[in-house]
Amino acid sequence: MADLAIAANGLRKSYGDKTVLDGVDIAVPEGTIFSLLGPNGAGKTTAVKILSTLISPDPASGRISVGGHDLATAPQAARAAIGVTGQFSAVDGLITGEENMLLMADLHHLSRAEGRRVAAELLERFDLVEAAKKPASTYSGGMKRRLDIAMTLVGSPRIIFLDEPTTGLDPRARHNMWGIIRELVTGGVTVFLTTQYLEEADELADHIAVLNDGRIVAEGTADELKRIVPGGHIRLRFTDPAAYQSAAAALREAARDDEALALQLPSDGSQRELRSILDWLDAAGVEADELTVHTPDLDDVFFALTGDTDQPNEPKEAVR
Amino acid sequence: MSSFALAVRDSSTMLRRNLLHARRYPSLTLNLLLTPVMLLLLFVYIFGGAMSAGAGRDAYIAYLVPGILLMTIGSTTIGTAVSVATDMSEGIIARFRTMAIHRGSILIGHVIGSVLQSVLSVVLVGVVAVAIGFRSTDATALEWLAAFGLLVLFATALTWIAVGMGLVSPNAEAASNNAMPLILLPLISSAFVPLHSMPGWFQPIAEYQPFTPAIETLRGLLLGTGIGHNGWLAVAWCVGLAVLGYFWSASKFDSDPK
Repeated sequence: MADLAIAANGLRKSYGDKTVLDGVDIAVPEGTIFSLLGPNGAGKTTAVKILSTLISPDPASGRISVGGHDLATAPQAARAAIGVTGQFSAVDGLITGEENMLLMADLHHLSRAEGRRVAAELLERFDLVEAAKKPASTYSGGMKRRLDIAMTLVGSPRIIFLDEPTTGLDPRARHNMWGIIRELVTGGVTVFLTTQYLEEADELADHIAVLNDGRIVAEGTADELKRIVPGGHIRLRFTDPAAYQSAAAALREAARDDEALALQLPSDGSQRELRSILDWLDAAGVEADELTVHTPDLDDVFFALTGDTDQPNEPKEAVR
Repeated sequence: MSSFALAVRDSSTMLRRNLLHARRYPSLTLNLLLTPVMLLLLFVYIFGGAMSAGAGRDAYIAYLVPGILLMTIGSTTIGTAVSVATDMSEGIIARFRTMAIHRGSILIGHVIGSVLQSVLSVVLVGVVAVAIGFRSTDATALEWLAAFGLLVLFATALTWIAVGMGLVSPNAEAASNNAMPLILLPLISSAFVPLHSMPGWFQPIAEYQPFTPAIETLRGLLLGTGIGHNGWLAVAWCVGLAVLGYFWSASKFDSDPK
């Protein structure tokens, strides 16, 4: 087994009688992207705050190590290994982007020349050269986030925590951020990413844990997660109501969508199953105008695992 | 790097950051200077005739200035409380807390920066005082040095208290309210009128507070009036407040942020 960059056992945190994290286990191998996925209020930010030494876990928690250092006994050593970009921008708005970068260089005890070099390099890399002399408070959301990450990278951390790095960004800025995150990992950095966007976890993460109400309700690769929930189906759409009715009568186990004149058959989307369904449709004399294969995506996983309040209007429960 | 070298290096980095803020946004500091300067002018030119009880303007200016100088420090440290509270609500502090830097450097940077600002403010108000006719009579070089030392010590004490007030305040408005006693206390001290001219029941309130002994000591150093036990009292107040403020601030800062 590869060395673990982050290892936490039975992570617990409660405020008064409100339990935010209720025994969370986390293991992130070096050089991978781990994504903690969950709705608002699931405890993602609290987990990041604890793992990044900002707040302390409840005493009942097990051992937590980050970068090989026990947070309880060697927090400074852990801090030296990490970089954190929080949900709310951690830039000093009163000073310029460049001054923010030089401040970080000073705090990482780089020499003056080295600090200037690193700052200039990162400002260039994150497309902030033009804005470098302006106060950070005048930056747009995307620019602030880029400056935030650039500041995090000054000390060349081996482990980077990104707490909802793309929340509030427009699609272009989000895709830029994804590119940045992928680049980091090719350099051997470990990334701990929280997000409420399933697409983001799917795009980036090697390993995903779904956090809900302070517990991890599922974990695995994106594909593994998709396999554990229902949601894959074949959708047959008809234009002729009569054809729809006769097909619905023939295919009793299909879920009906009378308004759209569509039927849904459960399927894992494999070629073999698809062929057998087609054969069966032929045998039943059903001729659909449109056939689409729907494989489960992380949205299905998310909604299936994190409660029923935001259930999408897909009749997949009726399918099985 | 040894932990002492680390503390010095990180604190000076934080100090540079705070001075940069003060230099780039001087309006807060300058606004806070207005109160003592206005009170000085108000009491000298408007109320002076009645307040000085016929002793003459120059004599009343001499009486007034030591209190005004210490009030300037009180006023400046309100700015400290406000900027600490504002700073703590910024994400950048969370970033500092997750970095391998000297923990105390963030507060130490604020304190040194604020004491420097206090000294600068005292000098500016002092210039105004001299311009309207304040003259130190028969103060020796040693007495000047002692006066300067007292001002720095007093500023350090009030600054640590103000830092604690800033840390317990959720926002800038609350900080400015919480720090209000720092500018109200001099109003009920011997800054404007002698203790013996106050009603008897009020005299203890005016006497047993940090401003009065500090003012009496400064008066003695600059004007040659009697200091008596006020010198030791002032130093004791300053050391006590500084130590109290330091431990209060440190414990607040060390507890988990919200």
